[in-house]
Amino acid sequence: MTPLLTILTGIPAVGALAALLAGNRAGVAKAIASIAAIASLALALRVWLGVGSNGAMQFVEHSAWIPTLGIWYSLGVDGLGALMLLLAAIVSLMAIAASRKASSNPGLYFALILLLESGLFGTFTALNFFHWFLFWELSLIPAFFLIKLWGGEGRGAAATQFFVYTMVGSVSLLLAFLALFFATGSMDFEVLASMAASGEIATAIASHVGPVSLWLALATLLGFAVKVPLMPFHTWLPDTYSKAPTPVTMLLTGAMSKMGVYGLLRLALPIFGAQLAQIRTPLLVLATLTVVAGAWAAAVQKDLKRVFAYSSVNHLGYCLVAIFAVALPPGSSALALSQTAALNGVVLQMFNHGLTAASIFWFLSMLESRSDGLLGIGDFGGLRKPAPVFCGLMGIALFSSLGLPGLNGFVSEFLIFRGVFPLSWISATVSVLGLLITAAVILTVIQRVFTGPVPERWKAFPDLTTSERFALAPALILLAVLGLAPQLILGTVNATVMHWLAGWRL
Amino acid sequence: MNALVNYGDLFKVTLPETILEVISLLVLIVDLAWLRKAAQATRMAAACSLGVAGSAAAIAWIVGHPERMSFAGGALVATPLVNAVQIGILILTALVLLLSVKAEFSRNPAEFVAIVLLATTGMMLVAAARDLLVIFIGLELLSLSLYVLTAFAKSSAQSAEAALKYYLFGGMSAAFMLFGFSYLYGLTGTTNLSQMAYRLSGEATIPLAVVASVLIAAGLGFKVAAVPFHLWAPDTYQGAPAPVAALIASGSKVASFALLVAVTEGFVAPRSSETTGHSLWIVLLLAMAAGSIVLGNLAALVQTSVRRLLAYSAIAHAGYMLLGIAANTAQSGAAVLYYALTYALTTVGAFGVIAIVERATGSDRLDAFAGLSRRNPLLAGTMLVFLLSLAGIPPLVGFWAKFNLLAAVLRATTSTSWSLPLVILALGASAVSLYYYLQVLKRVYVAKPTQTAPLPVSFLELATLTGIALAVLLLGIFPGILSGWIPLG
Amino acid sequence: MLAFTIYLSFAGALLLALLPSAWARASRVIALLAAIAGFAVGFIAFTQAGGGGSIAIADLPWVPQLGIRYTLAADGISRVLVLLTGLAAVAGILFSWNVGDSEGDRANEFFAFFLALIGGVYGVFLSVDLFLLFVFYEIAIVPKYFLIAIWGSTRREYAAMKLALYSFAGSAMVLIGLLAAYAQAGGHSMNLQALARYPFPISFQMWAFPLVFVGFAILAGMWPFHTWAPTGHVAAPTAASMLLAGVVMKLGAYGCLRVAMSLFPHGLDPWGFTFLGVGSWRTVFALFAVIGIVYGGAVALVQNDFKFVIGYSSVSHMGLVLLGLLTLTQIGIDGAVLQMFSHGILAGLLFATVGRIVYVRTHTRDLGALSKLQLSKAMPFAATLFVIAGMASMGLPGFSGFIAEVQVLIGAWQAFPWFAIVAGVGIVVGVAYTLRAMQRAFFSDTPAVDANGAPAPVPEYDPVTWPEIAGTVLLAGTSLLIGIYPRLLLDVIAPAVQALPHALLTGGRG
Repeated sequence: MTPLLTILTGIPAVGALAALLAGNRAGVAKAIASIAAIASLALALRVWLGVGSNGAMQFVEHSAWIPTLGIWYSLGVDGLGALMLLLAAIVSLMAIAASRKASSNPGLYFALILLLESGLFGTFTALNFFHWFLFWELSLIPAFFLIKLWGGEGRGAAATQFFVYTMVGSVSLLLAFLALFFATGSMDFEVLASMAASGEIATAIASHVGPVSLWLALATLLGFAVKVPLMPFHTWLPDTYSKAPTPVTMLLTGAMSKMGVYGLLRLALPIFGAQLAQIRTPLLVLATLTVVAGAWAAAVQKDLKRVFAYSSVNHLGYCLVAIFAVALPPGSSALALSQTAALNGVVLQMFNHGLTAASIFWFLSMLESRSDGLLGIGDFGGLRKPAPVFCGLMGIALFSSLGLPGLNGFVSEFLIFRGVFPLSWISATVSVLGLLITAAVILTVIQRVFTGPVPERWKAFPDLTTSERFALAPALILLAVLGLAPQLILGTVNATVMHWLAGWRL
Repeated sequence: MNALVNYGDLFKVTLPETILEVISLLVLIVDLAWLRKAAQATRMAAACSLGVAGSAAAIAWIVGHPERMSFAGGALVATPLVNAVQIGILILTALVLLLSVKAEFSRNPAEFVAIVLLATTGMMLVAAARDLLVIFIGLELLSLSLYVLTAFAKSSAQSAEAALKYYLFGGMSAAFMLFGFSYLYGLTGTTNLSQMAYRLSGEATIPLAVVASVLIAAGLGFKVAAVPFHLWAPDTYQGAPAPVAALIASGSKVASFALLVAVTEGFVAPRSSETTGHSLWIVLLLAMAAGSIVLGNLAALVQTSVRRLLAYSAIAHAGYMLLGIAANTAQSGAAVLYYALTYALTTVGAFGVIAIVERATGSDRLDAFAGLSRRNPLLAGTMLVFLLSLAGIPPLVGFWAKFNLLAAVLRATTSTSWSLPLVILALGASAVSLYYYLQVLKRVYVAKPTQTAPLPVSFLELATLTGIALAVLLLGIFPGILSGWIPLG
Repeated sequence: MLAFTIYLSFAGALLLALLPSAWARASRVIALLAAIAGFAVGFIAFTQAGGGGSIAIADLPWVPQLGIRYTLAADGISRVLVLLTGLAAVAGILFSWNVGDSEGDRANEFFAFFLALIGGVYGVFLSVDLFLLFVFYEIAIVPKYFLIAIWGSTRREYAAMKLALYSFAGSAMVLIGLLAAYAQAGGHSMNLQALARYPFPISFQMWAFPLVFVGFAILAGMWPFHTWAPTGHVAAPTAASMLLAGVVMKLGAYGCLRVAMSLFPHGLDPWGFTFLGVGSWRTVFALFAVIGIVYGGAVALVQNDFKFVIGYSSVSHMGLVLLGLLTLTQIGIDGAVLQMFSHGILAGLLFATVGRIVYVRTHTRDLGALSKLQLSKAMPFAATLFVIAGMASMGLPGFSGFIAEVQVLIGAWQAFPWFAIVAGVGIVVGVAYTLRAMQRAFFSDTPAVDANGAPAPVPEYDPVTWPEIAGTVLLAGTSLLIGIYPRLLLDVIAPAVQALPHALLTGGRG
């Protein structure tokens, strides 16, 4: 059986090397990057289509790496993994398309983007902690340098803050999993999940390390809490998102933030589900806080990138609410349907938000290039007049983010609320506030940027060129299609979710 | 003495010494008869070659007649160990003579060589003596010769001052020692060392014995330059002409330590099971040892004259050797002799280098050595070997000697109560010693030379020093070479 | 055959010492050949032996009267460390290719001392007779002094003397323990395995162990005896720093394992009482080790001299090695040995970057001054190299350091759970100081500005030479290779660790 997943992870890496060789020839570099990204996308699509609907891991590759340390070269994808691969491929392609040709040292730039894509692929296909952690950490490096070398004012501090914060979380994750390995002798996700399901894990930890299962769970949680982020570990995000070059922000918000949620779904819930259930309430409080405070903070920002940075926090907050709500003590099988709905919503939200946020930031990057770097919310006005197509298309993305029925954002948010309400009605109710505030934010943006009197300098605001329209079209079409026919992906996702719930002991 | 004095035995036992005496007379005759008009250098060369030949002959005789002998019931003995020590002394003398061929401090070369040979005779007697009076005779012969030799650089005020200090101090110590010997005789009724311990065993703590021990310790402590009888050493090492300093530091030390080993064996019967209360003699030795180790190393740290540095380092090394003597087993005795011989060899080499540098630069301060490695790499290399061996760095023989000695001390069952702390002291001080040896080597290798002209060295000196350095290295890699003569372990 | 690593190095040193000083260019070629030959021997032996047990190399009587034999053998741990020495030697010479370019460099003496040091190091790793090990250990001290005192930089004479005296003091402590053990065991044999089997009384082990352990740990840079290390490494010329931090510090750790821990394992047992919370020498030294990890990192964080950052980071990394050794678990000790190898390579790479590539061209090591020079544009090779080396040194997965850290941490979880957490903090501190140094030196946001406030033109420097590239590829490639496929080394280390004296691998709480 061809090792499709290894090949998939390898394509962007090879492309990165090729792009490096292109050196300063911007056109060549971008072309190479685009080819690599398209190839990855094609392969990711193949994988997605091959996953089918039985919910178990497909395309599994398994060979010994360092068996004495429980480290196996173990890859595989289920519905979630394949969907994330697809997302990463799409967002990477979008980011490459959005990158202006005239940046300095383009060979290195595109190489780093491709390396980041490779890192994402690696994280989403790993079934063994070591492999997963390898790519988790490795993806930090291209991100760091992309921000550091091509970012805006104050990029050095932002990049360092990003790196160090994430590292702190990573180290705590590492310590927790090493303790877990020491207690159980395995680094394999599936093995650990089945041990958790049978209750062995707590006893193993207790006998080898001590009664620290809860602490290990918290340590693991910290790693993801920084990445998603969960408030109050989010302080690195606004600076990083706003100071990074906008195509890189597309990747950060579109794909990298999903690594955190993925981690929660793949590692935290299956392995530490029982422990999470113990501290469910405080976690729900924090998650709800993330939803509401994220939206509120978005409302008071003056810079468009920061608005949508906080908006990302808010959107992923819904995922967090759903995940924590699902973590119930065992014996609540009556709520299985709600749990299914909630988890379906989470997976869908991951994909939808990724797509939507990437699109929004793409539009922001176009705005930025046309305005020579200005991105304040008050800098624009009445752009509908000189650039109607631009505003129209951006409006689609914005409304999707708002959660308008008919666009993809609505479906996932609906499913989340549908699932969470029976599980924790308080969180659901309070989170509705987030929806309302987000609506206000989006509408404000539309009003301030698109409508109103046109200032003198924007009278000649260039509209979208044909090539840009063609480039944007697929993403926007996808937004609409998924809004109207979500069952295209929901079938596989649902099968995967049900497989999970059957196997976990929550 | 209750054995018949057999003069035939005396002749046999002291044949090597006789050879030396004859050669010393021969040197004088040759110089007087034929070399009156010759150049200084020729006279020196002739005298030294005769001296070396004499030493070689003596060595040949000892090697050829290794059987045990004794004279007058053990007043003078010739055992394998004694033979080995005597051979060592003779080699050291030969080396000193080879290194003094180019020396220019004296207008009386023949007399110089003759007195050196007399001193050597004294050393050999001391090494072989086992009777208090014979010991005294030998020591006096040695000491008086050395006093004269120290003053030999007539044009140097320093030399005269050193000789005077040496003489006064030495004379006083000799007097003390003789006084102590007389008390011992009074206590035990014998002057033979082998019977001393038996007769002393019940009376070790009576006041007379205490006084005697202290007096003798003073005398012998002076000879080996142990604290607190060391005050003559720095000045003498600094003031005496280089070959003489070399002789004092090497041959005289070896003989004195051999004597100390014999005396200790004589005074204190080896007791393996009895550890209660130590003989006063051992306590005195330990006190001298500890003091020498501490003072010698500490004082050397601040010296700016290389000769004085070596003097204080000699005091420290004497301290280490005293530890070995205090352990008082056959093993530790052999270890002390091994240490003394190899240390002496290294010291001769070091003084040889100092002599050359002094001749070229006029001073023995540390700065005179600056940049030596650039001016004469081979010479610098030999100095590196000598100083590192003194510091106890493997694979040079100094390390082995120290290791062997300390191992013997630790393994000696007579010393278990004090061995560990003192060994720790010795090793700690030894670690400190690296600092001052490195100070010299730093000048040699690191510092920039004040003159860049190559240093003038005669072929003979360079060959001798290289030979000594090679020996130090070889013995360091294969320490067993000497084990035929001095047993290791 | 492995003994030829020793012989070739000393032969090379001797040859170079006798070489006329006019043959400076030839001397570095000779040195390189000798180093490559030694490395080749070590490499061949490594690959031939695979994961097998100990290779016996030589066993000749030396001083039979004292029970001392010239015994050489190499188990897995030694083979790995011999490999490291070979790599460090070749890389060190490659990065010193500029010595001998100018008059008065005294290249032949430099390379002679360098090879003598290498020979001594090989000897320590291959000796099975305790005395022989000690002899080689001491032989290594003198070349270190001269390498720093003659060719060093900042305060070199002081640093050289401090380093030499600390090392000598440590070895004096070891000698005391060695002599005591020798005497105690009857004085028949100095063979390590024989002595390890000898049942030394527990009271004896209780003082002999800390004495010998500290004696070796001084050379390993254990806190609080580490102060010689940053000073010495900064003052030393590049090749010497690479060797000192990369290999010579490992001598200390090796000695701790091979001598102190193997001969006196019961010195690690609990005392039976606790004093300020610690109950055994094991806990005391593990505590020192962890303090070293964090302290070294914290001090590195505030340094302004680039080389000092690396120097203190070495102290921090060696703390991890010592912690791993003291966990007394298979996995912890495996990790410690792997970390010895990994850090050896990475320290070499870091010092090479700072000393050879940057300092020789910019003539400054001050981070503030470097931050004005736009080095990421002026020296892209150095910048990339430092990024790679820095990331590896941080413990990023994919490089050798990560696996080693993982193993040590797992072992620490077993033995000292709290220390594992502190070590984790140390890792984060490591990220911080590496990033800080990297930012300020290469990717600074504050380049020099000219009169108008525009960035000054990028300075021009000599291009990277082929020896520098070769050395980089050698070291970085090895770290990457081991990071991806650590079994290459672990399969050799693990059986050797398992064969360590029985009483050692007790693991458990300390």
